[in-house]
Amino acid sequence: MISIKEVNKTFGKLMVLNNVSIDLCKGKSYALVGPNGSGKTTLIKSILGMVIPSTGDILFDNVSIKNDWKYREKIGYMPQIGHYPENMTIGQIIDMMKNIRKNVSEFDEQLIDEFKLFKMYDKRMHTLSGGTRQKVSAALAFLFNPPALILDEPTAGLDPVSVELLKAKILVEKENGKLIIVSSHILSDLDELTTDMVYLFEGKVHFNNSITSLKEETSEQKLGKAIATMIGQKELIESINK
Amino acid sequence: MNRIIKYVFYDMLRTRFIVLYTALLFVSTFAMFQIDSDADKVVMSLLNIVLMVIPLISIVFTTIHFYNSYEFIELMLAQPIDRKVIFIGEYLAVVSSLCIAFLIGCGIPIFLHGASFTALTLLFCGVILTMGFVSLAFLASVLTRDKAKAIGIALLFWFYFSLIYDGFLLWFVYAFSDYPLEKITLTLIALNPVDLARVIMLLQLDISALMGYTGAFYKDFFGSSLGVVLSTVVLCLWIIIPFSISLRIFSKKDL
Repeated sequence: MISIKEVNKTFGKLMVLNNVSIDLCKGKSYALVGPNGSGKTTLIKSILGMVIPSTGDILFDNVSIKNDWKYREKIGYMPQIGHYPENMTIGQIIDMMKNIRKNVSEFDEQLIDEFKLFKMYDKRMHTLSGGTRQKVSAALAFLFNPPALILDEPTAGLDPVSVELLKAKILVEKENGKLIIVSSHILSDLDELTTDMVYLFEGKVHFNNSITSLKEETSEQKLGKAIATMIGQKELIESINK
Repeated sequence: MNRIIKYVFYDMLRTRFIVLYTALLFVSTFAMFQIDSDADKVVMSLLNIVLMVIPLISIVFTTIHFYNSYEFIELMLAQPIDRKVIFIGEYLAVVSSLCIAFLIGCGIPIFLHGASFTALTLLFCGVILTMGFVSLAFLASVLTRDKAKAIGIALLFWFYFSLIYDGFLLWFVYAFSDYPLEKITLTLIALNPVDLARVIMLLQLDISALMGYTGAFYKDFFGSSLGVVLSTVVLCLWIIIPFSISLRIFSKKDL
């Protein structure tokens, strides 16, 4: 559904993405993992066209996203830090989003209900706490029932009850056969939510396969330990090569 | 596009700055008509407002507004909307609200006291200058990510066109006064939108005789309808060129 082809991105001298090529298929759910500053958010923003790759191309449904914007109808995006016009209320923002995507007639308001955002419709964005903003971001990402969902650290800053609600929602959408990309540092969440993993390190893809095969390779039960073992093995191989 | 304009417009009305700006223009124009009964003299005083204050307010307000609506722009970018539409929508909303504020603030008192052709030219110049300086403000805003830097660049534009450029022109004319400079000065004036507007206005006020030989030469050139059309075209270029450069930068910018 989304294929990233030899994408490079540099900010000045800093190379953020280094020859990244990944195919993301419909019906699978991907965990995007990597240390801070490894290029996860840049990769996500490149898919959304917010960051423009220095070289390489990104295809959405086999069409290049360069100079295209219509494909974003099919993506629900939950940013890491949601920036919203501070003067608007939650209700106004949700209305505005509905207005922009006029061609969607059926809205998925389950998360708005579950997070009880209805009660806070008159609150202005600048009065909201970080967690409530996250809830608004999550509700907006799922609102239009898009075939692809990109969630950048969705559970960071949410209270335990809301995390469970959000995770349940992601699992439901996964069962519905949507493409889901989750970037997170909470590996136990990813263990539940995703089937495949992309491991980014210093802008390079170091691992791109299913989580079960990773666990088999490293003979570990938990994703966290499996990743640690994988990194350990890689470092060992590199030191031998040197 | 309409929806974007609507939301930006709505957001700007909230800040109340536009309302204040309208009120300020209205009060000062009205006061000037109270002090002086000669409409031409009033237009002359208003000219100073149009040439100095309006560019300053347009450029600073627009730059601040652009950075304040960064969140809105970021939010829109993740939606199925063309980047160019977002940018053009922002521009149209800012320009139209500032122009409406100016037309209401200055226009209503002028029409109440009987609009002359010179007064209409003044309104026209004000609108064109607003548009030009909003374009320059958009250019300043896309050139850097830092709000303070962008405001600095915007203020520099204003200083340059309102003060520094004139000083330079004066020095130039003085230093080379032995040479025939009419055509060169004419070209140099076209490089500054504020000067263009000033010349159009001064010629309308029929005091170009006070400007001596060059004044007569300008009258000969600008006073003819061809001159006015040409200088308006150049003023329009001052709107279009900075805007199209900033649009090009924005459509390739990482956000």
